[in-house]
Amino acid sequence: MATTADHFQAHADEHHHDADHKPGFFARWFMSTNHKDIGTLYLIFAIFAGVIGGAISGVMRAELADPGIQVLTPLVGWLYNETDLDQALHMWNVLITAHGLIMVFFMVMPAMIGGFGNWFIPLMIGAPDMAFPRMNNVSFWLTFVAFISLLLSSFVPGGTGLGAGTGWTVYAPLSTSGSVGPAVDFAIFSLHLAGAGSILGAINFITTILNMRAPGMTLHKMPLFVWSVLVTAFLLLLALPVLAAAITMLLTDRNFGTTFFDPAGGGDPVLYQHLFWFFGHPEVYIMILPGFGMISQIIATFSRKPVFGYLGMAYAMVAIGVVGFVVWAHHMYVVGLNVNTKMYFTAATMVIAVPTGIKIFSWIATMWGGSLEFKSPMVWALGFIFLFTVGGVTGVVLANGGIDDYMHDTYYVVAHFHYVLSLGAVFALFAGFYYWFPKMSGRMHSEMLAHIHFWIFFVGVNMIFFPMHFLGMDGMPRRIPDYPAAYAYWNQFATVGYWIMAGSMLVFFANMLYAFTAGKKAAPNYWGEGATTLEWTLTSPPPYHQFETLPVIDDVDHDHGGTVAPA
Amino acid sequence: MNLGEFARKRLGFASAALMAVALLATPQSGYAQATPRLDAQAENVAREDIPESQAAEPSTLDVAPGAGEVARLGPEWIKGQPALGGVNFQDQYSPNGEYALWMHNAILLPLITFICLLVLGLLLYVVVRFNRRRNTVPSRTAHNTVIEVVWTLVPVLVLVFIAIPSITLLARQYQAAPEDALTVKVTGYQWYWGYTYPDNGGFEVISNMLPPEQAIERGEPAILAVDNRLVVPAGEPIRIQTTGADVIHSFAIPSMWFKIDAVPGRLNERVLYIEEPGIYYGQCSELCGARHAYMPIAVEALPRPQFDAWVLAQGGTLGGPDLPTAPAPRQEPESSVSGAPGAGVPEPLEDPAAGPNSPTAPAPLSPPGVTAGPTA
Repeated sequence: MATTADHFQAHADEHHHDADHKPGFFARWFMSTNHKDIGTLYLIFAIFAGVIGGAISGVMRAELADPGIQVLTPLVGWLYNETDLDQALHMWNVLITAHGLIMVFFMVMPAMIGGFGNWFIPLMIGAPDMAFPRMNNVSFWLTFVAFISLLLSSFVPGGTGLGAGTGWTVYAPLSTSGSVGPAVDFAIFSLHLAGAGSILGAINFITTILNMRAPGMTLHKMPLFVWSVLVTAFLLLLALPVLAAAITMLLTDRNFGTTFFDPAGGGDPVLYQHLFWFFGHPEVYIMILPGFGMISQIIATFSRKPVFGYLGMAYAMVAIGVVGFVVWAHHMYVVGLNVNTKMYFTAATMVIAVPTGIKIFSWIATMWGGSLEFKSPMVWALGFIFLFTVGGVTGVVLANGGIDDYMHDTYYVVAHFHYVLSLGAVFALFAGFYYWFPKMSGRMHSEMLAHIHFWIFFVGVNMIFFPMHFLGMDGMPRRIPDYPAAYAYWNQFATVGYWIMAGSMLVFFANMLYAFTAGKKAAPNYWGEGATTLEWTLTSPPPYHQFETLPVIDDVDHDHGGTVAPA
Repeated sequence: MNLGEFARKRLGFASAALMAVALLATPQSGYAQATPRLDAQAENVAREDIPESQAAEPSTLDVAPGAGEVARLGPEWIKGQPALGGVNFQDQYSPNGEYALWMHNAILLPLITFICLLVLGLLLYVVVRFNRRRNTVPSRTAHNTVIEVVWTLVPVLVLVFIAIPSITLLARQYQAAPEDALTVKVTGYQWYWGYTYPDNGGFEVISNMLPPEQAIERGEPAILAVDNRLVVPAGEPIRIQTTGADVIHSFAIPSMWFKIDAVPGRLNERVLYIEEPGIYYGQCSELCGARHAYMPIAVEALPRPQFDAWVLAQGGTLGGPDLPTAPAPRQEPESSVSGAPGAGVPEPLEDPAAGPNSPTAPAPLSPPGVTAGPTA
């Protein structure tokens, strides 16, 4: 591999003696067609949205610290000059809706797919850029405008108060007859735009990965991160149009007198839920699969070993993607499904545990016999494996339709999906960020601060989310701003955890500040011999245009998946 | 509520329960004690806004059958409620709940704990054993077909093992109610519950959350206490039908392992079997708008005779569905109900606050074959 890369670099230098031919500021950042710049835009956008979404959860945790309504009343007073209690209660629903939508559509997805995907898919497959660079730009700005639309929704009437208070699931009829005013329309429009942006992005990734791999890089030699984004892109392409259809029907139900989800006209509210979750369940894999890919790269790098069971790992992701499309109704166990339906979805849902188990065990086997070095990305990856396991096993509990007659819509569910997302996807994001940040910026971050960030964050998020299992088992429903006194203890505990987590984010931003002001220059391959994929053959940061002469992948290549490719 | 209050309440509950058991064992003495209180009880039902007497009231279960009692169980009968700072499931008072709780505690919880500890143990082992200082030269092993097959098949077997009780539980939860079971139709409104008794004249009880101060005065938990509870007989299967009047709500009683959505345009049906008399709380479990947090569910399970007496006190009838309004409504007709909580009750018959028609209704107990369920 190294020889290939040296060969390429020599070529590149011949053609590129001077500059990268970077355009001016406005053209570069607002009309960008460069996959790395667009990736950077996505990452900055995701961090910005994540701060807003995280601040919203801070307001929520502050409100939940004690029984009664303490924070919401002053909040609506400050925001909207309202003093009505119902306005304050509606504000709660606006907050949970915004938190969910922002974290899903404007933090995790842009960071994983738009950010790391854009940055590293072309680099890892040895391509000069994405297949459709202008469409790439359109994807980003659609996402950006979608976010603006969502923020605007909180300043227009949405029923009881200002803003869309429907939950991120936008269930009818609460989102139709139950929410008068344009707020929900703005939210729906936001989803349309974000969805369109993601579909375009998915088309771009599929085309890039299928058509633009360097000579010799067969599908079975692709790094696992590329595999994960390929599977994710297919999930996006198949799932998002269904969401678009569902929310378009919502829109016409709201504004044009149709009755898709209105029983008075022969419709059915449950139809919306089927359509939503047919998108919604693949969506949760869309959020976690790129994380799986990143974790595989990181574990292999810091074990100085090829990934164990490369083909099993790749096809486990494919299996998760396929099975992920046939389990959606486990989100709807209590809407009144018949018993056979519930039995099927129970069985199908449990099947997902098998490929997920393969991944967990293969990561451990990758480390087995390795020479482990605990740099910051590795520490985050180890945290990911354990916390994702915790979130995964509660998923096995929740898969049982009969158990959900208790658990459904309780805090147990909140704990479960935050363990796989807030502690799974987000740990993967931080692992990937510390892994690639010097590659992207050319500056080394502080390893010490990154470790401090990890430990405080780890303690904080576990304090927030582990007690939620207890609250759920004690029966506390989700999505309530006020609760019986019995739930006060663990809620208070979780709120303390939030502030610890928030403190760790200060460490993160301090680390960024340090890196950009005093960080050492990053070498091309700063993680050493364990890092074997193509991005490590380039400078840090990579040249503005890379691989103008395509690298050639050896026939026998142990580096990516550690497999002699059968194809 | 602080810990001391909580402990006192639990102790009070325990002693009250013991007393009640003793009284049930000697019905004649119970009858003697109960009779003088009848007027006070009737007054309480007539004027729900006088709560103080309730908390002080001892158990009312000692009322003789057919006495026209219109009981409201006191706080000492609270059984299904969250535990203060609890880390476990609420106690279960239905057979399916007990089975599900067993399945969780005996199968799922040990299994998931084991898996987590296994993964944690393996992680710690590789961290200690294979770090760079102890293992400078990494192996290049990237395949082991046997172990890959093992960690695919073993989880499959484990899941099949889980599926057996899981499918059993589902089958039990979906058993149909016997034909003569009492039907209660639960309607979710923004933001209160309506409980209709189609077998008993079709009156509807409107159930709103009590203001927190009032709940605490009555010795009940704030946010969970309601003005009018869902009153049902204990010890017999009840057919619960749910529907939504405006948006989707969810009717949930954790201590019964019971949750079913109330969806507009649909009528969901499940059997509820409450093993013993008591008060069981739940909360709306599907986001339904601004006051979603404030539409609790309180179930009051009474022995059959007391339940019958309560029905009569509401102006209801015993002996099965009235002919004209016989079948439970298929579609949701009550969209005209005023949205203001507590303001609207659709039909004059139904308002429990209007006072019992006749506390001494002569009604003979139900004809055989109509309410044949076993009585506590």
